[in-house]
Amino acid sequence: MSSISVTGLTKRWGSVTALHGIDFEARAGELVILLGPSGCGKSTTLRIIAGLEEATSGRIRFGDRDVTALPAAQRGIAMVFQSYALYPHLSVRENIVFGLKVRRLPAAQRESRLERAAEILGIGKLLDRRPAELSGGQKQRVALGRAIVAQTPICLMDEPLSNLDAQLRQDMRTEIRALQRRLGMTMLYVTHDQTEAMTMADQVILMRDGRIEQKGRPADLYMRPATGFVARFVGTPPMNLLALEGAALTALESAVPVLGLPPLPRGGHLGVRPESLRLADAGLPALVATVEYLGADSIVLCEVGGQRVAVRVDGATDLAPGNAVRLAWRTEDTHLFGPDGTRLAPERVEVAA
Amino acid sequence: MIGTRSRHWVEGWLLVLPALVLLVAFTHWPVIASLIDSLNSTPRRGAAPNFVGLENYQRLVADPVFAKVMWNNAVFAFGTIPTSVVLALLMAVWVNSAIRGRAALRLAYFTPTILPMIAAANIWLFFYTPDYGLLDQITGLFGFGRTNWLGNPDTVLWCIVVMTVWKEAGFFMIFYLAALQAIPPDLTEAASLDGTSRWYFFRRVTLPLIMPTTLFVLVNAVINSFKLVDHIVVMTKGGPDNASSLILYYIYETAFSFWDTAYASALTMVLLVVLALLALVQFGVLERRIHYR
Repeated sequence: MSSISVTGLTKRWGSVTALHGIDFEARAGELVILLGPSGCGKSTTLRIIAGLEEATSGRIRFGDRDVTALPAAQRGIAMVFQSYALYPHLSVRENIVFGLKVRRLPAAQRESRLERAAEILGIGKLLDRRPAELSGGQKQRVALGRAIVAQTPICLMDEPLSNLDAQLRQDMRTEIRALQRRLGMTMLYVTHDQTEAMTMADQVILMRDGRIEQKGRPADLYMRPATGFVARFVGTPPMNLLALEGAALTALESAVPVLGLPPLPRGGHLGVRPESLRLADAGLPALVATVEYLGADSIVLCEVGGQRVAVRVDGATDLAPGNAVRLAWRTEDTHLFGPDGTRLAPERVEVAA
Repeated sequence: MIGTRSRHWVEGWLLVLPALVLLVAFTHWPVIASLIDSLNSTPRRGAAPNFVGLENYQRLVADPVFAKVMWNNAVFAFGTIPTSVVLALLMAVWVNSAIRGRAALRLAYFTPTILPMIAAANIWLFFYTPDYGLLDQITGLFGFGRTNWLGNPDTVLWCIVVMTVWKEAGFFMIFYLAALQAIPPDLTEAASLDGTSRWYFFRRVTLPLIMPTTLFVLVNAVINSFKLVDHIVVMTKGGPDNASSLILYYIYETAFSFWDTAYASALTMVLLVVLALLALVQFGVLERRIHYR
């Protein structure tokens, strides 16, 4: 087991700065997810840690070993690529042991590692096939197999599930998490899918434009988003952010005594999650715009002073567009963001560990 | 019912007709005509050709010049094909790497293919000229005397070989370059994480992945080696003493210098059969070892 520590990592290509000083730490045996929209620098960070790209400045340490200047091969890592990077002319068996052959591992050891990986992943029957004869999910398993047989303490994953269909993605999420725990790997995992981050991670590092927006446990990001961006990125449907201006501000201010809201920062945003909102007799007046029925619940899209607010209600609802409703929520479910987008008081109750 | 069906039948043939006419007029009929001509005597002084069976082929077996040009052609093929293919691959690997001025380098390698061969052959003619040719001037600096490169039966064929390699390697490089660029960079990166040496990766991954291109290049190289004629016309006219004459040049000479069309037809049939056999062998042997994506 080995921890990963990244300090002051920057990357520039000519005049373009991709990373503006990234700092984070992954404890040994942790699954840390780099999350963010495309172009935020999460893949670049991963590739620098892998040694496939060189950092402009900053240090990378694995345990107490400084690997910043080491070539990829000497860092002792395994990596799973988005494209799986399987050699198309080699069988599954040869693909999995390719790296072991390169490292001149004795044949008997290669064979036993292959057997174990094939058993863990349930791909024993596929060993003689070529990648072209595999489904997307099977290719994914072979790529994982290659990472398993390497038996490195650190495993890097670059959007490993993005080429799979929704059902398979859900299964693989559970499986990769279980695998990571079972093998005790320190795993750094890149994704743009907040569901993967929320369900799998010990720690989520949310990036935006080459900077870390917030890092913490999934629940921290959900319950105490540091910025409006984090608030919108984590959770589905995303948090409602009402701009504190115009008719919405007037409506909110009139509801302050009813809902017991703290003072509102003008020019900032008030955030409430759709699941925190409920329809009530007293509260913020709103008009129903549309209703989306999802089965277990429905999303009622309302309008408050010209701004959209999504409300999650249980099961079906007989609300129709044009109905007037009142919205209420608990005081502690209010998130306030200043004009610069950063979180303001009220400080929230501590999140249970 | 029957009316519409027969009309469809006519329409179908009409659609195929243009392609069919071209194919028959320029490929199938010439092959059949050559076969017929090769079984008849050459028409001379108004006398109609008469059927002679395999007489032309019997003559061919006994013809020392035919034996010589076939031998020359074999030497030429073994001299040019491996060298130009290996060179092409080396150049492609080089200009595929991140080096300064690689666009210029790629163009330079491809130039021989763009140049009209008659012009290029004339330049090479100058290289090989005794005394004041480039080659003699350079060897002269080291104290070697005058060499008649193209006039010596021992060296003339190799002179043609060198020039052909110069021409073909750049052409084949383009195909290899395209094949190399089709290899996903992920594979290289995955291999580099394992500490794969460049040579091991080249041998175990790159080479197998570009095998389809190698087959294509080999088939073309073999065909080219049997249809070389323009350089020889410009540089040597097959001489001295047929030392640089290749099969196609011999056919050309027989048909259009000696006007022995029947014998030329028989030679042509042999060339066709040889080429077909070589292509079959290449496809048969290499096909099984090739991974097509």
